[in-house]
Amino acid sequence: MSKSITIALAGNPNSGKTTLFNAFTGARHSVGNWAGVTVERKEGKIEHNNEQINIVDLPGTYSLSPYSLEEVVARNYIVDESPDVVLNIVDASNIERNLYLSTQLIELGKPVVIALNMMDVAEKKGHKIDCKKLSELLGVPVVPVIAAQKKGIQELLNTILEVAKGKISCTPSDVDYGKEIEVKIKETIEVLKDNIHAHKFNLRWLALKVLEEDEVILKTIKVDLSKLQLQEQIAVTSEIALKDDLGSMIVSRKYTHIAKIISKAIKKPKVAGLSTSDKVDKILINRWLGLPIFAALMYMVFGFTFNIGNIFLDLIDGSFAALGEMVGASLEAAGTAEWLNSLIVDGIISGIGGVLTFVPNIAFLFIALGILEDSGYMARVAFIMDRAMRRVGLSGKAFIPMLMGFGCSVPAVMGTRTLEEESDRLTTILVTPFMSCGARLPIYILFAGVFFPGKEGVVVYSLYMLGILVAVLAALTFKKTLFKGEEVPFIMELPPYRMPTIRGTGLHVWEKVKGYILKAGTVIFAASLIIWFLLGFNLSGVSEMPQSIGASIGKVFAPIFTPLGFGNWQATLALITGLLAKEAVVSSMAVIYGLGETVGSAAVDGDVVGFISTLKTSGFTQLSAYAFMVFTLLYTPCIAVVAVIKRETNSWRWAGFSMVYQFVVAWVVALLVYQVGGLLGF
Amino acid sequence: MKTLKDLKPKESGKIAVVKTTGPIKRRLMDMGVVRGTEVYVEKVAPLGDPIEVKIKGYNLTLRKSEAEKIIME
Repeated sequence: MSKSITIALAGNPNSGKTTLFNAFTGARHSVGNWAGVTVERKEGKIEHNNEQINIVDLPGTYSLSPYSLEEVVARNYIVDESPDVVLNIVDASNIERNLYLSTQLIELGKPVVIALNMMDVAEKKGHKIDCKKLSELLGVPVVPVIAAQKKGIQELLNTILEVAKGKISCTPSDVDYGKEIEVKIKETIEVLKDNIHAHKFNLRWLALKVLEEDEVILKTIKVDLSKLQLQEQIAVTSEIALKDDLGSMIVSRKYTHIAKIISKAIKKPKVAGLSTSDKVDKILINRWLGLPIFAALMYMVFGFTFNIGNIFLDLIDGSFAALGEMVGASLEAAGTAEWLNSLIVDGIISGIGGVLTFVPNIAFLFIALGILEDSGYMARVAFIMDRAMRRVGLSGKAFIPMLMGFGCSVPAVMGTRTLEEESDRLTTILVTPFMSCGARLPIYILFAGVFFPGKEGVVVYSLYMLGILVAVLAALTFKKTLFKGEEVPFIMELPPYRMPTIRGTGLHVWEKVKGYILKAGTVIFAASLIIWFLLGFNLSGVSEMPQSIGASIGKVFAPIFTPLGFGNWQATLALITGLLAKEAVVSSMAVIYGLGETVGSAAVDGDVVGFISTLKTSGFTQLSAYAFMVFTLLYTPCIAVVAVIKRETNSWRWAGFSMVYQFVVAWVVALLVYQVGGLLGF
Repeated sequence: MKTLKDLKPKESGKIAVVKTTGPIKRRLMDMGVVRGTEVYVEKVAPLGDPIEVKIKGYNLTLRKSEAEKIIME
């Protein structure tokens, strides 16, 4: 066997790139990030005709301009890593815009093979595509495929291998940019010829980029545009003679080139009928029906997630409790040391259980959202919600992750991946944890039940509203300070609706769930062990909780909360354990206030008489109880969220920032509630 | 001067020039919003903004503030 062949898979979003990648590799691929950025990188190895093929999935892009991270990543990979073949997937049913990227890829000067996907959809539209003619006109091999049905994959791989080995030679046809621009290209090539940084580029492509004033390229080849003598002539030609700038002219010519090719290779019906997708949209995003349908769908997503998810949640929770009891009993019978027994039962088993109980919710949320995403509805949500979200300085695409935040911030933060603009994405990540997640509800239920009997509903509702309000204010603040001046455009394709496949959506969901279990799981697990240790020991060994290290820590930090009305070690320690998972605040309080074994669930289920009476005499007043709830709503997100923020932003700085700023926000707001409330006589 | 923003749903027109700069212009052009291209306005979002148009055989959505910069013939 010879050395392995590397192919880079490039294509527009919604062109079926992921489907083709999965058709090649199945589920056998590694997922990571491109060095230094948060753009996902997928890589898979396959074997075909005894040849090792390494497939690198480039980010889905419409172009190779240097304006988005994805585009820069894709372009740099092709230029710097020089893959043997660039495989360009093109949506046959939307060929005109798709070929725009193709012309850019071909211009890079590396061997290109085009996989013409969704031939069936194009045929249904009545488009007759002459692949041979198309291949001739473009000067690169064109292979028809239907990735969703795995049709044409073998032929595609054969062609790729032949191109990689030089058995098929590609003679790509150049785009004709018209006399004036072509002269400029020649002149520029002359100037660039001797540039020592230019050797790895195709000179014609490089000349075009210089003419387009591509800043990234100019920096790489260390060319100062003002010193390049062409500058003046460019300005004259473009602004006066052509009445448009050179960059626009170049893009226009590319599209003219494509239009010519299409007129020769494709026969389209004269009158295009209304597509199925357009018909569906007539109802789904109708001016009047759009919003109610959207609201109903969101309600269904949450119903699905939490009703069905909770069935499994109780099941897992119950079986881990049973497992803990069983193991505990048998360990005791075997005469194991008490500390070891406690480590295994209270530390390891309940720790793992704590992680796994959320898996069903996360999985069902992702199944529901995966279906919306893969069907193409998600883009419509952004379309419907953009105007409202824009008021906050965010794009419509930020709506879904924030809504998901009511369930759990972990998948919500993961869901920000759909946001292309970095500043948009970071803002959304930073404000999403203010949306009151499901784990905070038990805290409200407990405190509102004890201190605001009869008014629980109003109290809980006010907290949800406060969370939204703070999120909105925080988003506005970030947009006015940290990410100032970055106007985010909203120019987005509304892809045709497609039936999601079990396989496609399933893989999607599995990747996310696996990520959650592995990453968040290890962190939560480790933290569980630490908390267990802190509550069970002091410097002289095993101890009762009030004398434990945990209690000592609580006493150290309690003064911070004195101005907020709850500066006692119990509340402080409960808040610290809440960093592990927010519902731990309730279970810790139950343990601390001496209910004993059946802690968290009992507090929620109502078997709480003793607990409540202790809590009532614990020094909390109505006002300080409300301040406490406000604080738990807003303060530092749980460790799973911090871990996922670290992963999604690829930076400990942002993770650390979110921990600190949320704490500060929570402290200030709770302080205001307690102090102002006190002045008002509550 | 008529812009894309002035077109009502179900109306169409030809792009004369894209009057904006920087990343937004580049993005628009990359998506096929270039001179001489036919645009058909499909609909307006329920809240009145953005709009949906059909261009080069696919559906594109953009804000009115962006459509305002696209001058029609």
